[in-house]
Amino acid sequence: MVIADYLPLLVLTAMALGVVTVIICLAQFFGPKNPTPEKMMPYESGSDPIGEPQATRFSVKFYMVAISFILFDLETIFVIPWAMSWQDSAALGHGLYSFAVMAIFLSILTVGLVYEWSQGGLEWD
Amino acid sequence: MAEILLSVVKIAVIVFGFVMLVASLMTLLGDRKQSAKIQNRIGPNQARFFGFSLAGIPHFLADGIKMILKENVTPAQSNKFLHTIAPGLVFVPALVGWAVVPFMDHYCTGTVQTLPQMNYTEVCVGGEWKNYFSIMHFNSGLLFAFAIAAVSVYGAAIAGWASNSKFSLLGGLRSSAQMISYEVSMGLSLAGVLMIYGTLNLNEMVRMQGNMFGDWLPMWGVVVQPLAFFLFFLAGLAETKRAPFDLPEDESVIVAGYITEYSSMKFAMMQLSEYAATVFIAALIAVIFLGGWQVPYVYADGIRFLDNHWVPFGEDAWYWISIFLRIGAMVFKILFLVWLQFMMRWTLPRFRYDQVMTLGWKILLPLSIANLFVTALVLAIL
Repeated sequence: MVIADYLPLLVLTAMALGVVTVIICLAQFFGPKNPTPEKMMPYESGSDPIGEPQATRFSVKFYMVAISFILFDLETIFVIPWAMSWQDSAALGHGLYSFAVMAIFLSILTVGLVYEWSQGGLEWD
Repeated sequence: MAEILLSVVKIAVIVFGFVMLVASLMTLLGDRKQSAKIQNRIGPNQARFFGFSLAGIPHFLADGIKMILKENVTPAQSNKFLHTIAPGLVFVPALVGWAVVPFMDHYCTGTVQTLPQMNYTEVCVGGEWKNYFSIMHFNSGLLFAFAIAAVSVYGAAIAGWASNSKFSLLGGLRSSAQMISYEVSMGLSLAGVLMIYGTLNLNEMVRMQGNMFGDWLPMWGVVVQPLAFFLFFLAGLAETKRAPFDLPEDESVIVAGYITEYSSMKFAMMQLSEYAATVFIAALIAVIFLGGWQVPYVYADGIRFLDNHWVPFGEDAWYWISIFLRIGAMVFKILFLVWLQFMMRWTLPRFRYDQVMTLGWKILLPLSIANLFVTALVLAIL
């Protein structure tokens, strides 16, 4: 692919951004503007908000998920090029060798998953 | 210049014509009329156009106008800039991903020949392939689609954080955790499919699915990788945050999740991009697993079944008929998958959050690794 082949993508992104800008401007210009302190208050079931949500701490489980995600997404990123070049290596007669290499890699990560599971890293309570 | 014009026309027809039409009609027909039918209600029927209810379509137009005329409230102490751009960060990826979805094979300026001896591959004789039916011919289209689909996580997380509301923050956290969890099994379940087709280009992938097993069974993704289809469908359902995975917008628990503080057209954009993402996932499933634009036994040069070859209406007319049949098949598959997602939405009860995480990490992920392992083993031995 040459760089000119990516032109439609540029056009599409520009058009999508244009639509977004127009919609946000529409909302800004057509609607009434009548702010009251009660209306501008963050919704908290009708009562006055207690505390600052952006400063509060939240469950560490979300961090665990994010860390595991990085690990297994990297695994995906390594697996996809291998899967793509599979047919080439199989055509050269290296199918089993290629499979063995990937099986070692996959089993290391599977051991990691099993370990995380056994340590309760995947529990959510 | 002509290329820019062509791509503008393609974008207008595919993205703003088809996708936005389907997405906004879904808000009406799928979310309101169909849910009403399932729950034994009538649904919206009061808005009338010159006295005709028109199956509720005036309602959807009235809704759009109403959204524009509503006040655009940005809560106090919220981050105004992030709060304003967050809908755009969700909306743009939902549209840009369509750049790589093929609605039909490339147009052949010569004549197309199908080679039954070569697994029913179609070749273009005396001409070249012209890309008229997808916005872009992208070599690594599938990776691009994934990358773009993943960007919408930022929109949801930023919207949740910038609103300065606890419900929004919880919704943003929930949606980002859920989306990244299911992205892993989504990517891994596709590795087996990639091993079989050996291409990331979505149009090439659909072409490969025209191949036949034993001259009669089309090599669709769902035939060669049934488990991957199941896993991808579930993960895609969770990615689009639709029920039973709509925990980020759990209205009985956290009001509306990360869109709690949105109003007016910004709210409409959030909703619309979710529906557009539903259509996009449906299109990806159709392209990867259900044969995309392929109609079984229908080829550009006639109908072939076993050893029979039949060309109705003559060669030239048939080429055009096959083009329309194939575009129709693609559209039908997308609409069917969208309908299926809506049926699941209104049939199944919502999961608890720990159940969502258990399903993603303890069931889908090990299953997709096992699927990849078994696929690789079978391919290595064969």
